[in-house]
Amino acid sequence: MPEASADIIRPDGAEKHFGAVSMDIIRLDGAEKHFGAVRALAGVDFSVRAGECVGLVGHNGAGKSTLMHMVAGTLTPDGGQIAVRGGVEASYSVPRAQQLGIRCVFQELSLCPNLSVAENTRINHASLHGFGWRRKAADLIAAKLDEIFPGHSISASDIVGDLSITSRQMVEVARAFTVTQEPLELVILDEPTSSLDAQTAGQLLAFVRRFIAAGKSCILISHVLGEVLGNADRIVVMRDGKVVAAGQADQFDRDRLVTAMGGAEAREKAAAEIASGKPGPGPLRVRARPPRQQDGNELVARAGEIIGLAGLAGHGQTDLLLAIFAAASRAKTGIEVTAPVALVAGDRQSDGIFPQWSIAENIGIRSLARLRNGLLISPQREAELAELWQRKIGIRTPDMNNNIFSLSGGNQQKALFARALGSDAKIVLMDDPMRGVDIGTKLEVYDLVREEARHGRTFLWYTTETEELDNCDHIYVFKNGRIVANLRRDELTEEKIIQSSFGDAA
Amino acid sequence: MLRSLLPALSLALVLIAIAWLNPRAISYFGFSLMLNLAIPIALATIAQMFVIAGNELDLSIGTFVGFVGCVTATWLKDAPLLGVVILLGSIGVYALLGALIHLRNLPSIVVTLGMSFVWQGLAILILPKPGGKAPDWLLALMAFKPPFIPFPIIAALLIAAVVHFGLMRTSYGVILRGSGGNSAALKRAGWSLLRTKIALFALTGLFGVLSGMALIGITTSADANIGNGYTLLSIAGVILGGGEFVGGRVSPIGAVIGALTLALAASPLLTFMHIPPDWQVAANGAILIIVLAARVLISRRER
Repeated sequence: MPEASADIIRPDGAEKHFGAVSMDIIRLDGAEKHFGAVRALAGVDFSVRAGECVGLVGHNGAGKSTLMHMVAGTLTPDGGQIAVRGGVEASYSVPRAQQLGIRCVFQELSLCPNLSVAENTRINHASLHGFGWRRKAADLIAAKLDEIFPGHSISASDIVGDLSITSRQMVEVARAFTVTQEPLELVILDEPTSSLDAQTAGQLLAFVRRFIAAGKSCILISHVLGEVLGNADRIVVMRDGKVVAAGQADQFDRDRLVTAMGGAEAREKAAAEIASGKPGPGPLRVRARPPRQQDGNELVARAGEIIGLAGLAGHGQTDLLLAIFAAASRAKTGIEVTAPVALVAGDRQSDGIFPQWSIAENIGIRSLARLRNGLLISPQREAELAELWQRKIGIRTPDMNNNIFSLSGGNQQKALFARALGSDAKIVLMDDPMRGVDIGTKLEVYDLVREEARHGRTFLWYTTETEELDNCDHIYVFKNGRIVANLRRDELTEEKIIQSSFGDAA
Repeated sequence: MLRSLLPALSLALVLIAIAWLNPRAISYFGFSLMLNLAIPIALATIAQMFVIAGNELDLSIGTFVGFVGCVTATWLKDAPLLGVVILLGSIGVYALLGALIHLRNLPSIVVTLGMSFVWQGLAILILPKPGGKAPDWLLALMAFKPPFIPFPIIAALLIAAVVHFGLMRTSYGVILRGSGGNSAALKRAGWSLLRTKIALFALTGLFGVLSGMALIGITTSADANIGNGYTLLSIAGVILGGGEFVGGRVSPIGAVIGALTLALAASPLLTFMHIPPDWQVAANGAILIIVLAARVLISRRER
């Protein structure tokens, strides 16, 4: 009998709910999720109102992605309930979410690389079929790209696999905002700017504000705290599968966010540390001229230096890093490399990780010569190397023999750093490796990079985040495959970089 | 750009070599003769292409073609209704295999390798000794002699055009190819991966049936081992035509061109080069390696 009465009470409760929160696009009450023994979400209450941009921040592994998967319908909660516009959804799913106008741009790119931009648009719109669908899909995505990213150079007939990672992210974002039959109410943007340069990221955020002003809603997840502080109306901070702080955006500032997330101290420490106690310039490690360089500018790196490569994304920074990497094993005109080199890849899924291998094996691959015992790899030495770096860089796992994918994204990136730093390389090339990594991990890695530099290692660091350049001794700004500016750390300002990136001459 | 032209280029190269060795072969009659077996090979290649589009591989297509051939030369002639039911049923079996592979997450290579013995066994049960006879309508169809252009060329154009439209231009064809490109993205967009896998395997079954029937229409009688070589020929044809084993990158037009190239390079070219039959199989393999190596070199340079 008690069971029956509970059943009778529930609709009552739902109705009351409806009256109170009719403004809510979506509301999760006590959402829980377990993955085996791991509790990813521990009873989270979360809601988004119409005409509101909610910023969601937290470390990697704090449960943000799990929560968003529930909002998008790709994961079902183990406990709690989901209500959309006040009505409780008994069997919430992806098609149901789409019907209700809820879309998601996931952190990992979810485009089909073998299809064209227009064909990828078709995948998200069941109503794009029948005669003339190709034209319709192409027009739809082209118009949205023009609206969000004016001046983009993407054609609807381009095959996605041939596009740069920046363009792919632009397509992915634009696709989420295209509308055919189903309504569009709420878009979840999970790290939407991680692969965009400053200009396109600005275009996107401006568009998001227009979207909100038109009465729609948005959830913005970003590790660039400035983006969240500057664009969200309300901010929700998550830690260990729980909401630890929530409130209007103007109640937060950078420090309060970092404290709430449980992150490390602010970055002033970094600047102070660099300024003090810097030894004089060491021996030459790298001297490189980009192939398209016409004037006398060249990149020079000495032992113990951290060299920043700045500028808009895709202006030749990665190409130069790869050329230096190649020059280390085979002589190349215009590039002089005097020590062993290791590369930390930016696109870790495609260029960094061996998906079938354990964490220890992924770390040891760059140091096989040292790990050898006769003809074979010594498992003991491999384990020692892995353990040393697990401690040094703080990879969070119970067992380094677990598959690399058992780690969260930030910890995977740490493993790639361990691979490079654990090797005999005196020069470490970093191809925007901190993309989409949480701030706690970032600060830890920055410390480690500076420490290694003090011990004589040279770092060439391409980054799309201007804040990271604070860690560098010297910054080269790239434009159209050429070095257009050469700044010392004390000369560095964001304006200078932007000026050089957009200006015609250095 | 060069890479997408490579299938056509390799076909042209083989044709030029044939024309140079034996100019008389470049004629209506010559092509009809040389491309005689190209139609079933092209159909089997298309069948293979559908599973490859979904990142799977069918190692049973050769013996399946043999099984269909045996059914065609016996039941389809003597008891057409039963024959049709068996052939449709075999397409259904393919669809079920697709469902099984998806639901149980089995490697298709293992499942289809197992099925290849099942089809072979069934074929031997139906026709223990070579024999049987193709239905008259099928013989008449395959012996069709259109004016000016030889039938195999018309058939190849037709097959390429129909499949290209179906897979590359229609809106559901996009979904089928997308399932090979990024299945997780497709699932997130609300599409059923079970359905795409069933569709791809059923299409493989359908084109396998067409291939077996076309083959019997040409050879007039069947043999349980008649299609055994088609498994590897079809895979080679897809790859030769610009397809890739993973990632949903396939080309129906390329696959048909690849099948024609293989059909021509297989025996006519080598016979004209006076290579003894004992060495033809090895020479055939060498041609395949050269063309595929050229493809890798070209695509690497374009990168």
